[in-house]
Amino acid sequence: MKVLMTEYLRIDLEKETWECRVCNHEIGPAKRNYKEGMLVHDRDPREIHPPIIDPEKYRFTFSPDPEWVRILEYYCPKCGTQVETEYAIPGHPPLYDMEVDLAALREQWSGREEVLEPVRGPEVVLGAGHGGH
Amino acid sequence: MSETNVSTAAKTPSAEEIALIKKFLNDTTLFLGPDPEIMRRHDLMPRSEAEEAAMQVVNDVHVTAKIRDRVQAGCDEGFEMVEAMGAAPGAKWGDVITGVYTASGDLAIASAGGVLIFSTLVHHPIKFIIKNWMNDPTVGVREGDGFIHNDSRYGNVHNTDQSMILPIFWDGKLVCWVASTVHEGENGAIEPGGMPSMAETSFDEGLKMSPFRVVENYQIKRDVLTFLQNSVREPKLQFEDMKVKLYACLRIKQRVEETLRTDGPQALISTLRLTMENVRAEVVRRIREWPDMTVRTYIIQDSTLRENCVVKINCQLTKTGDRLIFDFRGSSPEFTNRATNTVLAGLKGMIAQMFLCYVWPDLPRGQAAFAPIEVVTDPNSIVDCSYDAPNSQSLMSIFTGFTAAQHAVAKFLYSCPEKYTKVHAPTFNMINTFIWGGVSQHGETLGNLCADLNGMGHGARSDSDGEPALAPIFATMADIGEQELNEEEVPFLQLVSKKMTKDAIAPGKYRGGQGYTMMVATKDSEQWGFMTVCQGAKIPPMQGLFGGYSCGAYPLCKVKGVDVYDVLLDEPHKFKHSIAEIMNEQPFEGASYTTHHMGMGFEISKRGEMFMISQGAGAGYGDLLEREPRAVIKDIEEGLISEGVAEKLYKVKFDHATLAINQDATRELRDKERKDRVRRGVPYAQFVETWNTPKPPAHLQYFGCWGDDVGTLYVGSPEITREADKPKPNYMRHPKDVRIDELEARLAELGALGDEKK
Repeated sequence: MKVLMTEYLRIDLEKETWECRVCNHEIGPAKRNYKEGMLVHDRDPREIHPPIIDPEKYRFTFSPDPEWVRILEYYCPKCGTQVETEYAIPGHPPLYDMEVDLAALREQWSGREEVLEPVRGPEVVLGAGHGGH
Repeated sequence: MSETNVSTAAKTPSAEEIALIKKFLNDTTLFLGPDPEIMRRHDLMPRSEAEEAAMQVVNDVHVTAKIRDRVQAGCDEGFEMVEAMGAAPGAKWGDVITGVYTASGDLAIASAGGVLIFSTLVHHPIKFIIKNWMNDPTVGVREGDGFIHNDSRYGNVHNTDQSMILPIFWDGKLVCWVASTVHEGENGAIEPGGMPSMAETSFDEGLKMSPFRVVENYQIKRDVLTFLQNSVREPKLQFEDMKVKLYACLRIKQRVEETLRTDGPQALISTLRLTMENVRAEVVRRIREWPDMTVRTYIIQDSTLRENCVVKINCQLTKTGDRLIFDFRGSSPEFTNRATNTVLAGLKGMIAQMFLCYVWPDLPRGQAAFAPIEVVTDPNSIVDCSYDAPNSQSLMSIFTGFTAAQHAVAKFLYSCPEKYTKVHAPTFNMINTFIWGGVSQHGETLGNLCADLNGMGHGARSDSDGEPALAPIFATMADIGEQELNEEEVPFLQLVSKKMTKDAIAPGKYRGGQGYTMMVATKDSEQWGFMTVCQGAKIPPMQGLFGGYSCGAYPLCKVKGVDVYDVLLDEPHKFKHSIAEIMNEQPFEGASYTTHHMGMGFEISKRGEMFMISQGAGAGYGDLLEREPRAVIKDIEEGLISEGVAEKLYKVKFDHATLAINQDATRELRDKERKDRVRRGVPYAQFVETWNTPKPPAHLQYFGCWGDDVGTLYVGSPEITREADKPKPNYMRHPKDVRIDELEARLAELGALGDEKK
C-alpha cells in the first residue's frame, strides 16, 4: 500500500520508501528525510519576487533582501518537479520537515482502504450552512 | 558578631501547619497579579458537583441540542448587536466575540462569527474573578454586576481589546457567565490606536485593566467610567462601547434566562458541560486520524517594528496517538524593551482559532476545541513573555506563530482520508493597514485604524487559488469596511484603495490570494498622523506549501514635499494610481520619494503628503510549472501580474496583443525548465556541505536557535548565546542612537569630529 503524503510525495509502506508522485522515482528511505534524495537550488528571492520599484533608487523594493533570506528549492532528481520550497536564513541547515513514524503509519493504514487520488475536502457551497434555508 | 552552625533536622510541616502557612500567604498577598495557575492552563476545568448532578438528570441529546441552539442564537444575537451599534471600527467590521461561560469560567458556546482568538482568552479573567473576587468581602460577585478587563497578562490578545463580563444567577445561585469582547482601538497608550510599537515598557501601553467591577445593578458606575474616559484619547468611544457590550451581554442573559425558565438550570448546566466534553472528545478522535509524525518549520520576523533584525519563530509539531504537541522552543528570546512579545495565552488563542477557522470549522465554537492540544515553550521567550515585557504588538508574534502552526498542520492533513476543509498554504499574516490618530475635521481627538487589516490574502488551496483580500487570519467573517464611510469621520482620504498590487505575488500551481494598494494623505487637519505596524519588508513572514512560494516583501513608501490635493486640482494628469508608477516615475517635481520598513512609529503628516503600502498575498501551493496557462493569462487580464513576470516565472508563451496561448511553445518552455532544474540542482548531501554554517551569519542581528539545537539561543550576534531555559534581559538600543553612532564613526574616520570634548 502507498500513502499520499504531499502533493508530490507518497510513501510505499512495503518498500518503506519515499516516491515521487509525478514520475514514480524512488527518492529514498521513508525512515529518513526525503530531502536527502532531492536536488537543491539556492534561489535568489528577487528572481521569484521581482522588484516592483526601482532597486537603483530605493532600499526597499517589494523584493525580499537576498542577503537576509534565500529560497531553497527542492527538485525531484528524475522529473524536475519542485517538490518543496524553504525560505531560509543564509546558512541555516535545511529542516527535516516530515519525520514519519513508519510503524505507526503502517498500523494506521492497515485498517484503511488505499487512497489513490487525493481527498481534497469539502467545497464551500452557498446555502449549505445555517443561512441556507 | 559570630555565626554558629547548628545542625537542625529538616522538619516536614504538618497538614495543619501547611494550611496555616497557606492562609497566612493568602491573607498577606500584596498584589494579585496574573495567576500562573490560571494563565498557563487552557484545558477545561474539572466537572463541578453541580455539573455532575445536572448531567445525571439531563443528558438527552435532543434536549441539549435544543438548548445549545438557543444559547448559540443568543450569542449570535449579542454579536450582531455589538457589530451594529459599536462605535469602534473594530466593532463595525466584526472584531468582536460574545459567549456563554460555565460557572467555573470555561467558554462553552461562543458566537459563530467574530474573532475566535478571544474564545480561548476571556476564560482567564473570569477565572481570576472567581478565584479572587467571589469570596472577597471587599469585592464579591452579585446579581447585576459587570466586570471590565483588558490587560493581556490576565488573558487577552492585547490591551486594545476590552471585555464586559456578567455573572448570571438563578434562584440566587451562579449558573454561568456571559461576556462580550471588542477590539476597541484607543486605550491611552503612548501612540494613538491602542497598539503602540514605540512601547518600551508595559507602562507605555495605556490602560492596564485587571478584571474589576464597573457595573452595579446593571448600571455603569459613572465615577469609574469617568476615570477610564479620562485615561484615553476617545472618551466618547469608551463610554459608548461599554454600554454596547453591556447591553449585548444583557440580551444574551435574557436568552439564557428564557431557557432557564422553560427547561430549568440543570438543563442549561448539563448542556454547557456536555457541549464542551463532546467537542473535546471529537477533537481527540480527529487528531488520532492524523499520521504519527513530527513536522518542523520556522517563520522569520524581520523586525521588532523599531529596527530590522532576524527573529525566529521555531515550531516543531508532533502527533503521537491522540496527543498533539506544539513545541515552540528555540524561538527568539523576549525583547525587554520592544513590544512584539506575546503572553503564552495569546499564542494559544491564535492557534486555537486556526483550528476553529481553518481546520475544523464545523465544530461548535468554544474553548474545548483546543483543550486537549499541548503547547511547549521556553520561559521568557517572544511567544511566552514575562510579566514585565511590553506586548502591545503581540500580533507580530501570535500571527507568525499562527503561520508556523498553519504551515505544519497542512503537512499532517494531506494524507487524512477525512477532511473538514481543504489543505491550503498559509494565509497572509500581517496587519498591513494604517493606524491613525490626531484631531479630526470635526475637532474630535481620535485614535484607531483602517479596517484594511482585514483584507489579508488567502493561501492557495490544494485545488484552487487563494482568494485575494479575503479576511484577516483572526476572523474569517470580518469585513474591510467602506472607506467612504470612514472618511466622514477622519480627515484623510485613501486616494487609491482596494486596487490589486500588480506583481506582488505568491506563485504556485495555485497562487495565493493577492493584496491591494492603499495610498493615504491627510487633508483636513493640521494635527493628524499615521503609523504602520507590520513586519516583512525584507523577509516574507510565511512559507509556501508543497513547492509553492511565499509572498514577497512589502515596504512602506512615502512621498513628501508635495500637496497631492493641489496636484489633483491643478495638474490631475500627474497623479498615478499605482505605487510602481509614483515611485518609479516620480511625477511630482521637488518631492522626496523614500522607502522604509513597515514599522513606522506614529508620524504627524502634512496635508497632501502620501503614505503608500500594500496588503499582502497568501502563500502559493504546488509547483508553478503545473499552473494552467489559461489561469496565468487570467491573472494578466485581472491586473494581478505583468506579462513579463508571467513569461519569466510561469514559462507561458503567449501573444502579447491577443493573449492567445501558444500551448506547444509553453510545453517546450516548461519541459526545458524542468531539465534546467535537474541540471542546476545540487544533490542534497553535497549542497549542505557548502550551505550549512555552524552559526548565524555575522551580518545579521539574529535571535533564536540555529538548526536543531533548541537549547542554545543566539541573542543578536553569532558570538552571544544563552541557554534557552535560563532567561536574561534582552535590550535593544534606540535606533536613533545606533544611527548616530554610525554617523559619528564616519565623521571620526574623516577626522571631522575635531577636538570635540567627550
